[in-house]
Amino acid sequence: MDRVPVLKIGDILLVSIQIDMEDQVALQLQEDLADRIVASGSRGVIIDISALDIVDSFVGRTLATIASISRVLDAETVVVGMRPAVAITLVELGLSLPGIRTALNVELGMDLLARERGDGETGDEDEADVPRVPVP
Amino acid sequence: MNELTERIAVTSDQDVVRVRQLVRTVAVAVKLSLVDQTKLVTAASELARNTLVYGGGGTVEVCRVENGRRHGIRIVFTDRGPGIPDVKLALTDGYTTGSGLGLGLSGARRLVDEFDIDTELGQGTSVTVTKWCR
Repeated sequence: MDRVPVLKIGDILLVSIQIDMEDQVALQLQEDLADRIVASGSRGVIIDISALDIVDSFVGRTLATIASISRVLDAETVVVGMRPAVAITLVELGLSLPGIRTALNVELGMDLLARERGDGETGDEDEADVPRVPVP
Repeated sequence: MNELTERIAVTSDQDVVRVRQLVRTVAVAVKLSLVDQTKLVTAASELARNTLVYGGGGTVEVCRVENGRRHGIRIVFTDRGPGIPDVKLALTDGYTTGSGLGLGLSGARRLVDEFDIDTELGQGTSVTVTKWCR
């Protein structure tokens, strides 16, 4: 079975879904992410779906579940890169993904997470616009 | 004129992926717009999963159809499962007998141009959908 890789970048986990996932693969990703959030203490999860040409109700529900699980584990999830045709179809299907934060691309998703964590703190605005590099 | 493109037996998750890929290929071949391709592939994914999960597996047939000057795709999902006791209820948003969101059948209907359900208790269910090029 294929597995979707989970990359750690700073305190963010980045998932880029590059395959047409079987349902089992989506469920596995859900488990892998929960484990990685706890193991790494990550505060944010970015899921890049720009390579997906459809999101059906199963994948939509999986994304919503991942967002809920991460919130319970003190991490915020941002889904990024949704194609316009996918957005149109999802809404017509009846799935508007309530409770899921979205951004247009990975960079904006990282900005969003950085801003959130910056809330209530001062003096760390430099976090928002410096591109993050993988920590060795 | 109807021309059968391919028949896929649906018995696993992998087959649902194959159905999506086949429908995408045919949708591109009949020149559906990108949004219509996306809608049809999404509807096919929902219905193929229903065939697998609720029907216990079955077959999916993809046909190219022509009606006068119009071209389109017709997909037939057939299973020999338990049938649907109350079709009207099954087509209600949010109704599910499984663990899903209850959007598969009702959502798929909104994504296609024509939608027919033929079901008989204890005999199985057949869902036929058609999408026409604009």
